[in-house]
This record gives sequence, structure tokens and C-alpha cells, in this order.
Amino acid sequence: MLDWPILSTVTFLPLVGVLLILLTSGKEENSARNARWVALWTTLFTFIVSLFIWLNFDNSLATFQFVEKEPWLSGGINYHMGVDGISMLFVILTTFLMPLCILASWESIGTRVREFMIAFLIMEALMIGVFCALDMVLFYLFFEAGLIPMFLIIGIWGGPQRVYASFKFFLYTLVGSVLMLAAMIVMYNVAGTTDIPTLIAFDFDVDLQYWLWLAFFASFAVKVPMWPVHTWLPDAHVQAPTAGSVILAGVLLKMGAYGFLRFSIPMFPNGSEFFMPLVFGLSAIAIIYTSLVALVQKDMKKLIAYSSVAHMGFITIGIFTFTEQGLEGGILQMISHGIVSGALFLCVGVVYDRIHSREIARYGGLVHRMPRYAVIFMVFTMATIGLPGTSGFVGEFLILVGAYQVSTTVAFFATIGVILGAAYSLWLYRRVVFGELVKDDLKNIMDVGKREMIIFMPLVLVALWIGIYPAPFLDVMHASVTNLIEQHELALEATKTIVNATK
Amino acid sequence: MDMPDFSIALPEIFIACAVMALLMIGAFRGNKSTSLVSWLSVVSLIIAGLLVQYEAGETFVTFSGLYRDDAFGAFMKILCLGASALAIIMSMEFNRREKLARFEFPILIVIATLGMMVMISANDLMSLYLGIELMSLSLYITAAFRRDSERSTEAGLKYFVLGALASGMLLYGCSLIYGFTGTTNFDVLSQIFTTGEATPGIGLIIGLVFLIAGLAFKVSAVPFHMWTPDVYEGVPTPVTAFFAAAPKVAGMALFLRVFIEPFGALVDQWQQIIIFISIASMILGAFAAITQKNIKRLMAYSSIGHIGYALVGLAAGTEEGVFAVLVYMSIYVVMNIGAFACILAMRQRDGMVEDISELAGLSKSQPWMAFLLMIFMFSLAGIPPLAGFFGKFYIFVAAINAGLIPLAVIGLVTSVVGAFYYIRIVKIMYFDDAGEGFVPVGRTLSIIMTVSGIFVAFFVLFPSPLLDSAKAAAAVLFS
Repeated sequence: MLDWPILSTVTFLPLVGVLLILLTSGKEENSARNARWVALWTTLFTFIVSLFIWLNFDNSLATFQFVEKEPWLSGGINYHMGVDGISMLFVILTTFLMPLCILASWESIGTRVREFMIAFLIMEALMIGVFCALDMVLFYLFFEAGLIPMFLIIGIWGGPQRVYASFKFFLYTLVGSVLMLAAMIVMYNVAGTTDIPTLIAFDFDVDLQYWLWLAFFASFAVKVPMWPVHTWLPDAHVQAPTAGSVILAGVLLKMGAYGFLRFSIPMFPNGSEFFMPLVFGLSAIAIIYTSLVALVQKDMKKLIAYSSVAHMGFITIGIFTFTEQGLEGGILQMISHGIVSGALFLCVGVVYDRIHSREIARYGGLVHRMPRYAVIFMVFTMATIGLPGTSGFVGEFLILVGAYQVSTTVAFFATIGVILGAAYSLWLYRRVVFGELVKDDLKNIMDVGKREMIIFMPLVLVALWIGIYPAPFLDVMHASVTNLIEQHELALEATKTIVNATK
Repeated sequence: MDMPDFSIALPEIFIACAVMALLMIGAFRGNKSTSLVSWLSVVSLIIAGLLVQYEAGETFVTFSGLYRDDAFGAFMKILCLGASALAIIMSMEFNRREKLARFEFPILIVIATLGMMVMISANDLMSLYLGIELMSLSLYITAAFRRDSERSTEAGLKYFVLGALASGMLLYGCSLIYGFTGTTNFDVLSQIFTTGEATPGIGLIIGLVFLIAGLAFKVSAVPFHMWTPDVYEGVPTPVTAFFAAAPKVAGMALFLRVFIEPFGALVDQWQQIIIFISIASMILGAFAAITQKNIKRLMAYSSIGHIGYALVGLAAGTEEGVFAVLVYMSIYVVMNIGAFACILAMRQRDGMVEDISELAGLSKSQPWMAFLLMIFMFSLAGIPPLAGFFGKFYIFVAAINAGLIPLAVIGLVTSVVGAFYYIRIVKIMYFDDAGEGFVPVGRTLSIIMTVSGIFVAFFVLFPSPLLDSAKAAAAVLFS
């Protein structure tokens, strides 16, 4: 354990970068260059500091670590931070993706660079805050505040339909969130506190649990996103700038699934058990339906966006199996998906920067001019399919193992999704990379440059690392996941005995 | 007979005297003294604020029970005094440019503020009415202050006619209450109802309804809101800024005082009316604002919606609810003053503009003002971590703890609808291509908007001063 508040440091370090950027002034060009460098160094430094969380993390403990608690609002609402095995990896994921996003925006963002970097750094602080918050109000604050920078990122630096996409993103998420806020206030009323560890230990009335579960579900299902409230995602992804898509797919979507793990399952065990079929049903539909939709997409980003919905369907299935394999697979798949789908969006960004089109039909035969690009793109295509040896395999496999223990039907549909996933991913890859190089403007397209290699190398390495040797990741979450399952079963046992006793 | 204790009403007496003196200065020196009179008005409001602060803490009743001074009153008075002082400061540059600079204007605002202070301190239906009329008559005149403008005089007349009707209803309500209870004093009324001496009959209930109608008009709650958009749009912008802040605070203070203290025991009778008014206000405020093109009209509907949220806290009828209303109104006043400082800065070479579309591309031409206006808009929409979120949060905590879950859910959902038109302004400023732009912002306005912006943005870090004083003020009504 460390003797300094590392979580607050990591959370608010990006804001120091914001201050530095605000201090830089001068000509447009100079200040843009300074802003880029400041943002890059800030995010890199934040990443390095955040690694100390992992280094000092005690894998054997299921409780919250690095806890900080300061009085904030009166009435039992405190500034309470801490991480456990479930949330810690997401903090690292966020800080890991951030410098890559800054690098990816290095040239593609040409206007209002300072504002862009400021928005991104604020976004980073808020995302880390979501995963560290151990107080509901604090969590909600970080969770909701993230809407503002993301709204601006899509709206200012996005594509032609950016206004529509940003409004849809903002309002969809807000509707779900206010219902969650109502549920949080009800919990505050019943339990008298907004402290998350205390609420996890608190036994809510079973009937109340159903309502609270649904209210939280409204928020998280939009964020994940689950079918049928996923429609904001393709729009947001397509219109957002590349780095915005990476953050959306890599981190923002994980907040929904993380919410299930932090709130729905430990706090409302009966509600979670009761609505398990609903989650399975929606996830299975999501997997099959969005995979089929992905097959017919003409826009690369849209295809990857739909594939994200399908992958998130896997994750929700894994989480709601309440088995060790399912939960650990779900969490690992979240990390893996964060890396892989982020990388796929970056791959699209590479060719978009050159040709300014995301249409699949505009491309073909890139392998002849861009061999390095073809290799990189292939690694991530294989990872998203779940080829053994890549990160996608471990998570997907564990989820399917978990799903078989609970329901063969669910596992059956999920497996069909795996096949469909292979179909749309490979087909996309074939159409873009293979074939004859016939388009004129593709004939002198440049292969990935040094900056882009620096972006992709860490992603490739991590994707392979998780695929070949996932133990360091699984060890981190093991204690917390086991504890979660035990608590879940205990709570269900307790209700059963009460029900039997009243009979 | 003993002399009443005048010292309790010292701030009010001071303001009354200051008004006379200022009027003399103005009358003898003419319109060239406008700027002097304006600053002196601000100074007297500040002195009055210090006097209020100095006396705050204990509860005193004077003038044969007509008048009360307590921590609750002090909290609301300081809010009103601050809002009025800022309104005068914001009006000075505008009036000079628009050739409206006449010394009566600041004096009228000070008189209106005096009326508000009397309202807040009222401990009797008589002093309540006196305060309301003093405030309203001054407001009617400020509304029609631009004498040669059809829009302004029409607004003033509309406001006057409807306001007079509302006052009539209020007075009728008071007379019914007096007729059925035999008293107008709040303490006696409260005693009668808590001991169950008088059962609330139909006559009394009708009186109560009329009282609510009159007060709802003053705070522009649905269905007595009709005047608001027209008046907000028609009157000169600094007057709109003034209307949107201080009188609303005074009106809400009166709502709280009257329904928690004398009629607190009749909560079952008035709660459903307040719930209806608040739901209707929230819904109308959210939906009607969507199609507005004029920013002052938009702010009018926005203020209707915000009053709806504040009334949710009153509907809860608990100490927590009152606390929430106090927090909400304080934050509301700051957000509104900041937003109106931005609206007052919407000036092009050939005069003021009020069209929302004129804000297009403001983030490029005036990044700082655009940034601040964005903060105010997100805060009005209630997005954390800005101050507006905490106002809403406490309101809904109070509502849910009082068992009014449907009301809270309706409020939360309408806040999403409301968010749509607030972020539309952000969209116009940040996503649209640049329009003509505005002339540079004056120094006073930029100071006011910056300070309000800092409050709104950093309230999250230092919430306790406001929360603590609001808590203390709310406790008084229940002691």
C-alpha cells in the first residue's frame, strides 16, 4: 500500500495538463503544437503513475484498496475513492488508451487543437473517476459529467451528421441516467448513506430491489449499449473523430458493464437473479441481430460499431451467469474489447486520414501498397473474432464456458454469434485489404508511418499478451470475483430461507 | 402603549431612508446624476445586506406581531439584495447605450427590493400584502420603463393588468382566511391549526387556493405564467435579468414562509395543489422552450420550469424540502445572473440582438463568453459537476424522502427534455459556423459573468458554506 493518495492523483493529474494548456498562448500554430505535446506528456505521465496502482495492488484481497475518504457534502455523502480487482484494470485501460488517442489525433485534428486536447484530458479525468468512485453521488457526478466533453468532441470535431449524433448520444444517455439518479436517491433514503461498500453490504427489500434494478438497468443498458437502446452508438461512432470513437468503444461502453458489476449485482442480488433471463434474452438478440446488421454495412466504422454491440452482448451474458468463468471472462473481454475495438477504429482512422472516406467499397487491395497496415489490421481482425492466441479468445471462451453451466440455449445463440462475428470481420478484411488494387487514388497511398507504428505496437503487444498469458489479468480480479459470487449466493440463500420460513 | 422595537427592521428602515435621499439627489441634479445614484443604490443595498447579516441568527417579532426577523429571512434577504445590486450594476452600461439612463431606474429597483424584504419578513397577511404591492408596483413601472417603445409599454401594461388581478385574488384569499379564522397573524394561525381549534372548512380552503393563485402569479408558476414570456421579451434586458432573479426569490420565500409556518398543519390540503402546479410548471417550462427563437423568451420558459423544480421542494413540506428550495434558489439566482450577463453582452454594432441564432460560432469569436454561457446552460440543465446539479439533487432527495416518488421521476424526466434546449444553445455556439459576432464585452459584465461562472463550476469543491447556512435557515421554519 502507498502512503499518498494515488487514486486522486491519477484522477486529477490530467486536469494539471488542462491548466498547462490554458497557460500556453501565442500563435495558433505554436499553441496547437504545444497543446499536443502537453497532452501527450500528461497522458503518458498519468499512465506511468497509474501503473503504480497495479504494482502495489494486493491480488489476494477482495476488499477495496488505496481507499481515500474525505467529507464532502453533508449527510453521509463523502468523497470516497478506492479500487478493487474489478475496477483496477479499467483505470489502467483508460490511462493506457489515452496517450494513443492523443497520438491518433496528432494530425487528423487540425482545428481548435487546444480545445480538443482540453476536452480529452477532462474526459480522461472523469473516466478514471468513474472507476475509482466509491460513493454513489461521486460516481454519478463522474458518470454524467463525461457527457459534456464527449458531446463537444462529437459535435465540434465530428463528421457531417455530427449534430444529430451528439444530441442523440447526450439525450439517450441522460434519460437512462436520471432514472438511475432516482434509484440512487431512493437507496439513500432507505439505507441512509451513499457509500458504495456500505450499500453492498446492505440488504434491500426484495420487492424494492426489482425497481431499483430496473432503474439502474435503464442507465447501464443505454451505456453498454444493449439492444434495443443501442441505436445511438452507430451514429456516435460514425460521426465522432477517430480518437473519440476509440474512447467511446474502449472506455465509455465499459462503464455500463462496470455499473452492473459495481451496483446491480452486488447490491440487488435478487433483482439480478430475477431479471437474468431478460438480460440473456436481450444480449442474445443483440449478438445475433447486430451481427447480421454488421454484415450488410457499407461504412467501416458503422460495421465495427455494430460489432461492438454484439461483443458487449457477450460481456453482459458472461457477467450475468454469476459463475467464476463467466464473470472473469466478461471482465477480461471488456479489457480485450477495449483494446481491440479501439485498435480497429484506429485502423479505420489510418485509411480515413489518407482517403477521407469510410466506405468499404472505396477500398480494396491495400495489401499491395500497405503491407504493414495489412498485418496490423489482420492481428486485430483475428483478435475480434477470437482466434486462440489473441485476447479475444480467452474472454470469449471463458464466457461460453460460463454460459454452458447456466443455460445451453444461451450458449448456443452466443456461439452462433461467434460464427457470424468471424463472417463480418473476415469479409470486411477481405474487401478492404485483399483483391486487386484498382482505385487510382489508392495506387500511391502510403503505408503506416512511424507515429502510427508507435500507436499500434503497444496495442498489438497487449492484445497478444492477454491472448497468450492472461494470468496477470485474471489474478487481479480473482479474489474480487470470487467474493462477488459468494456474496451473491449467500444473499440468495438468505432470501430463500426467509421465504421458506414465512411459508 | 409601548413603542415597537424599530431596531429589528433596521435594514428596511435604512433602505427606506436611503431611497428618499437618493430620490432627492436625483430630483435636484437631474439625469446627469444617474451613474452616481446607481452606485449609491448599490452601496445602500450592500449596507442593508451587512445590517441583515449583522442581526442574523435569532428570531425577533415586532410591530405587534406584523413583522419577523429570523435566520430564514436573513438568508433570503441577502439573496434578494445581492441579486438586485447585481441587476443595477448590469443595467448601467445598457441604459447608457440605449439612452434609458434615468435616475429613477435604480431607485425603483431599490424600492422593489424593500418590498421584497417586507414580504420575506412578513408575519401577518397584512404585511405580506403590503410587501407584495410595494414590490409589484415598482416592478410594473420598471417593466414599462422604455416609455417610447411599444413592446415595453405593452409588456408593462400586460404585467400590470394581470398582476392587479392576481393581487386581487390574493387579497380575496386573505379576506376569506381572515373570515374563517378570525385572525391574520401567522403565529395565531399556526397555533389554531396545530391545536386543531379550527377545522379547515371549504371556505378556508378556497381562501388558501386564492392565496396560492396570487403567489403563483408572482413566481410565474403554471397556470399563472401567461405574462412571463411576453413581459420577459418586451421589457429592456436588464429588467428581465432583474425579474428573473430577485422577485422569484422573494416569491418563493413567501411561499415557504406561508405554507410551512401558519398553514404547515394543513399540508394535506395544500400539498396536492402545489404538486399540480409544480408538475405543470416543469412540463410547460421544458416543452414550450424547445421552439423558442428569442433568448429572452427561452429564459422565461426556463424560469417557469425552474420554479416548478423549486416547488417540488415545497411540496415535500419537510425541513429537508425547505433546505433544498433554499439551495436551489441560491444556485438559480447565480446561474441566471451569469446567463443574463451573457445575454446583455449580445450586442452588435447596430444594437442589441436577442435571436438565439445570433450566437452562432460564438466559441470562435468570443471563446471566453461562449465557454461561460456553456457552463451556465449545462448548469441550468442540471448536468454534474456544475452547481445546477446539486440544486436539483437536493430537491429530488427531499421529494423522494417525503414519499413523492412519481413527482421526482416526472421532474427528472422533464429535466432531460429541458436539457435539449439548453444544449441547443451550446450547439449553436460551438457547432455552427460563425455569424456576425458581437462587440467586445464590457468590463463590468465580464466580471459578473466570470464570477458567476466560477461559482457554478467550482461549487462542487466548496459546497459547505451554502449548504450549512441553508440548513440553518431551513431549521428556523420548523422550530
